[in-house]
Amino acid sequence: MLTAAASATQIRHYQRLWLYGLCALIFTFLIVPCVLIVPMSFSASNYLEFPPRAWSLRWYREFFDSAEWMDALWLSLRVAGLTTLIATPIGTAAAYGLSQMPERLTKPLRMSFLLPMIVPNILVAIGVFFVFARLGLNNTVTGLVLVGIMLALPFVLVTVSSGLQSFDGNLERAARSLGATRLQAFLTVTVPQIKSSIAAGALFAFVAAFDEVVIALYISSGENSTLPRRMFANIRDQVDPLVAAVSSVLVVASIVLLLIVQIAKRPEKGAAR
Amino acid sequence: MTGMIAAASSGTADASYFARAERREAWSFALLALPGLVVIGLLLIVPVGWLFVLSFIGKDGGVSLENYARLAQPVYVITFVTTFQIAGIVTLGSILLGYPVAYLLSQLSPRAAAICMIFVILPFWTSVLVRTYAWLVLLQRRGLINSWLVSLGIINEPIPLVNNFIGTTIGMLHVLLPFMILPLYSSMKTIDGDYLKAASSCGASPMRAFWDVFFPLSRPGLFAGTVLVFILSLGFYLTPALLGGGRVSMWSMQIATNVSTYSNWGAASALGVLLLVVTIAILAALNKVFRVDKLYGGR
Repeated sequence: MLTAAASATQIRHYQRLWLYGLCALIFTFLIVPCVLIVPMSFSASNYLEFPPRAWSLRWYREFFDSAEWMDALWLSLRVAGLTTLIATPIGTAAAYGLSQMPERLTKPLRMSFLLPMIVPNILVAIGVFFVFARLGLNNTVTGLVLVGIMLALPFVLVTVSSGLQSFDGNLERAARSLGATRLQAFLTVTVPQIKSSIAAGALFAFVAAFDEVVIALYISSGENSTLPRRMFANIRDQVDPLVAAVSSVLVVASIVLLLIVQIAKRPEKGAAR
Repeated sequence: MTGMIAAASSGTADASYFARAERREAWSFALLALPGLVVIGLLLIVPVGWLFVLSFIGKDGGVSLENYARLAQPVYVITFVTTFQIAGIVTLGSILLGYPVAYLLSQLSPRAAAICMIFVILPFWTSVLVRTYAWLVLLQRRGLINSWLVSLGIINEPIPLVNNFIGTTIGMLHVLLPFMILPLYSSMKTIDGDYLKAASSCGASPMRAFWDVFFPLSRPGLFAGTVLVFILSLGFYLTPALLGGGRVSMWSMQIATNVSTYSNWGAASALGVLLLVVTIAILAALNKVFRVDKLYGGR
């Protein structure tokens, strides 16, 4: 009886072949659009085709030689960089503050920090456009960075909060009982313990600001177009392999970022979940 | 809570003193959250609040409900129906595709799961714009999917897969599927395998053990993923705007068109406020069942 029951729980691999097959199909569905862009970007043709009939680097040359595209790339990098520099400390401070407060007080505050994830982008876009028009902030780096910070805050808060959850608060208390001030204890004891969560939060902030396109459609244009803004216009107006080249660069960048996160996560298992 | 209170807790001092001190400290910690709240207040609450006010101002500049009354027109009703249809199909599709994947991931060894997780995380990290563009390329008339379908003899000539309802749905499903898989996986991972063994030793078949034990325990994740995918679908702009080819009118696109084509801020803000109200209502209904902030934190 017992042995029969035990062997019944042992689900054999062949009984699960259908599950493996199904999941392989779903994984293909998920991954193909992300990687197929890369071979297409090496096409020599004016049209997108797969497989390309002739190979060339012309679309990469066009991208890297174009002052407009390079300006857009540079603008996006600057906006994302500034956003990260400002949103990471603000978000970390908020996460720490909330972690020290009694739970009944933090729930509404946490919800407010999540609003940028809940409120539909298009609504924020037209609202911000309307307000920025009165403040003269449309088409400025300042405006883009401000929006970037707002969008990045929930990511930093969520990531750092989960790091703080697995941090033992007694360590900080011990430091303070030995004479450290609150700030000293935080900077020298807490921050080193949660540094990979903070780094992950910063990375999320960078990606959120860099990829933002819906709000940029309204508040960035002409010379002050971000890279995604320019890509959007290009996709809508003409489908040529230039955007495939840009996209490939971005896909490779996201793979590199993903690897960095995986490596950074290792020493502090569980904290940066 | 704090060092001071911990050190003095054995004392005989008045408890209300410590309660007061604790409250004071709580507020000083709230100050740490202040800069972030100011940013969200100025860049989110103020703009959306402004739209809220705008939505109640009529053409003559007085307070009126005309912007909302107009939403009963057929053109908007069609938009609402289309939006809920697409959101429903995308949500259902993401359950059907997401559940088996999350289940497999939860059953694999940590190492194998980490490798398979790449297939979920890489799309999640790739810009939505890039993925939408990829679908545009794959689904176009002479695209890969059409040429495969023709060469396999399933269809005789290329069929329109993009710039329509199908293309929009496929693209959105691809973008939103990780939002289903990740919460599902994190709730399945916590299910203790011993429960299933217990069910089997009590005579349950693997099927029965799955439906009576595993599935109910995975429900919080399923619930979170479903709500997340549904509300994200309702307000989705980018993918329908690029893959819909102007033929699929979703809620968010109607907002954009009213602003950029007609400069009709009244109509756009009424649509936007209604979208926000619907989104928050869904989340609030959910909040009765479990904590919404966990839904976002649980990724």
